[in-house]
Amino acid sequence: MIPTLAQFIPPFDVRSVLVDPWTTDFDSKGWIVLMGFLTSVACGWVGQHLLLRRMALMGDAISHSVLPGLATAFLVASFLFGGRDDAGHAARDSSVMLVGAIAAGWLTTLLIGLIHRHSRVKQDAAIGIVFATLFAIGVVLITLFADHVDLDADCVLYGEIGFVPFQQTLQLFGFELGPVPVARMAVVTILTVAGTLAFYKELVISSFDAGLATSLGIPAPTVHFLLMGWLAIVIVSAFESVGAILVIAMLIVPGATASLIASRLPTLFALIVLHSAISTVAGLHLALWLDCSIAGAMVVSGCILFTFAWTATVIRRARDHRHATLHSASTDTPSPASGPV
Amino acid sequence: MNCPSLTAEPWRLRSHPWFTALLLLLFLLALAFAPSAEAAKIGELSVNSVRTQALRFLSLQDPAVRYALAGSVLLGISCGLLGAFLVVRRLALVGDALSHAVLPGVAAGFLWSQTKDPVAIFIGAVIAGLLGTLVVEGIKQTTRLKEDAALGLVLAGFYAVGICLVTMIQRLPTGAKSGIDKFLFGQAAAIGPGDLKLMAAVAFVAIATVLAFYKELLVASFDPAFARSAGFPVRAIHYALMLLLAFAVVSALQAVGVVLVSAMLITPAAAAYLLTDRMHRMLLLAAGIGLVSGALGCFLSFLGSNLPTGPLMVLSGSTLFAGAFLFAPRHGVVTRWWLHRSRSGRIRRENTLKTVYRILEDRQFHGDGVTFRELAERRRETMEDAECQARELVRHNFASLHSVDRTILLTPDGRQRAVELVRNHRLWELYLTHAAHIPADHVHEDAERIEHVLGEDVVRELERRLNYADTDPHGRPIPTPNAVHAAGPSEPDRRPPAGYGR
Repeated sequence: MIPTLAQFIPPFDVRSVLVDPWTTDFDSKGWIVLMGFLTSVACGWVGQHLLLRRMALMGDAISHSVLPGLATAFLVASFLFGGRDDAGHAARDSSVMLVGAIAAGWLTTLLIGLIHRHSRVKQDAAIGIVFATLFAIGVVLITLFADHVDLDADCVLYGEIGFVPFQQTLQLFGFELGPVPVARMAVVTILTVAGTLAFYKELVISSFDAGLATSLGIPAPTVHFLLMGWLAIVIVSAFESVGAILVIAMLIVPGATASLIASRLPTLFALIVLHSAISTVAGLHLALWLDCSIAGAMVVSGCILFTFAWTATVIRRARDHRHATLHSASTDTPSPASGPV
Repeated sequence: MNCPSLTAEPWRLRSHPWFTALLLLLFLLALAFAPSAEAAKIGELSVNSVRTQALRFLSLQDPAVRYALAGSVLLGISCGLLGAFLVVRRLALVGDALSHAVLPGVAAGFLWSQTKDPVAIFIGAVIAGLLGTLVVEGIKQTTRLKEDAALGLVLAGFYAVGICLVTMIQRLPTGAKSGIDKFLFGQAAAIGPGDLKLMAAVAFVAIATVLAFYKELLVASFDPAFARSAGFPVRAIHYALMLLLAFAVVSALQAVGVVLVSAMLITPAAAAYLLTDRMHRMLLLAAGIGLVSGALGCFLSFLGSNLPTGPLMVLSGSTLFAGAFLFAPRHGVVTRWWLHRSRSGRIRRENTLKTVYRILEDRQFHGDGVTFRELAERRRETMEDAECQARELVRHNFASLHSVDRTILLTPDGRQRAVELVRNHRLWELYLTHAAHIPADHVHEDAERIEHVLGEDVVRELERRLNYADTDPHGRPIPTPNAVHAAGPSEPDRRPPAGYGR
């Protein structure tokens, strides 16, 4: 039986694609949209710092190496604390994830530096070797100890943002605050935004001019190291909803799109929030229509926004260029009024 | 060396080799974790089944084993060979982007053929990979985004499209969808005869192209500006290389998977880069290391029950890389550290020898033993250090210790070497003051460093140029190795040699 194209691309049903998620299904779809938006904003803001430092591919490296960190942390935790229990489950999971991720992030940074400083292997090759090795260790670990590690290979690749609404809800002082991953991501996002605003000067100066930063008393290497640690935290919180590889897109695409449109840094950060909102909502609708991975669809719609912005810049530049040549052609011909007297 | 003087110099301990060693230990622990983890799993499986599996693999009776092994070997060769060009051109992460960008092509090829037809998947993936590299170039040229952002965008964007397609395929009602998930992490056991033919063709094309266009690839990789001026089509060569890389990536997908195939390009080539300085040797080594890691990964994944092949191949490659990183003949960390250590040990030894000679010279060579106290005072060190240094001299046959009054006696070898060092030092000082017109009180430090490395020929030439002078700028005699010393009091007002007047 050969499926036709119509079978592959379902018909566009306005009601189920566009209306239902905001009305009848809002209880579950709302959480998905919120989760996607929070993830995208946190990743976008951290990723903008990476883009400024021309280190976008460190995000690539750390997002892969978080996997072995998580796997090892879960393994150690399951050996230390025995089987799973429900009491204190969420808090324990979060802290275990945090420790594993930060350790993996810093280990990656250190190993890359080690290889490219102490041998003649260049930095790009060092990044490629380190993240692939760590990722391979992670995959082997989660395959071997599938019953101890609360991760699976699919989650690593696609993320499971669709399962977010069905996760255990976080209860604080008797109030139901929402699913645990969303609450965790919200905390991380708020801290990311607050941290960027609070240390805006330090971050910006050390990204643009490490020498100036040092002379002003800002320890640029420490800023770098802390940024890498924070990157690992953001990635690990985004990990279970978008997976190891799509998180790279979340890091890079919003900032790249914004920097095609604006050039002032505060505007860029605002545009990243806008981009996140549009791509999240559009991605949800796309995923509902095509019935595919929601995180994948969110990234795809983010990339479509990037393509729009890119096309617009190319067109505008071509028009400016034509305009400039016309203009210079008209001024080149000497007019009698403006000739030398 | 087990001298306490080593520990008496804490800066030496804090300098980078030790720190490096510590970090490397961590790295190796991380690497060792996977094999030990596997051992734990194997323990569960019981030793017998592992042995039968290993025998089954090694006897190559099973056609599935033969296909898997041949495929792994072929992909190792073609990836290693082409990866070498990526590493020397600093394009390693282009390989990464390319390998993620093929995913939508794989899915489209799958969809087109409705089965796991290798040719359709191959064509789709090559088109997607090339499109990815073109988009990277386009973003770099028409926007102000830098290369890292462009690579990341293409990598993640194409991958996201691929993930959407893959999830849509998995939803299809047909039974043909089985196997698409094998493209993500790879399974060598899934290699069929059709895949094998394709891999052989890719390896053949890669080897033939590299052999036929070796000069063009070499010039375009190492000096693009020169290549362009010499009339080589540099852009065409670049895209041809990208096409070949796309072939290699796609042929490796089945066994290694989309996510890790870039490591098969980078790791063997980087290891080879550490082992040699010649491009043709690097190509051979990279292909060889790729071959070994492919075969090893295939073997290991066969031992376990349900292990994906790709990660194990990558780990085998990384272990080989770690070996090269540590023990490469010229560029290995441990090798260089060892060389540095033996060299600094020699310099310390020679300085002690020189001090002994200077003490003897100061007392006009009367009496022949130098006590530890004298040595310690002259070198401003403790008695223990002096004794340790003296023992070091004895160990290298430069001196003997007088058994009764415990003084240092130079052997003929030791005296010979000491005279050479002092002569080197003073000749160099003289040369600097006369030929380079450096003030006499500024030349000591330089001579202190160069005395250990001046060769026989250079010393001859210095002597000739300085007219066989016998006094240094500070008025001390320049000893000659074969003469027995009858040095009288020095003559400070001696004229500089003829021909070097100011």
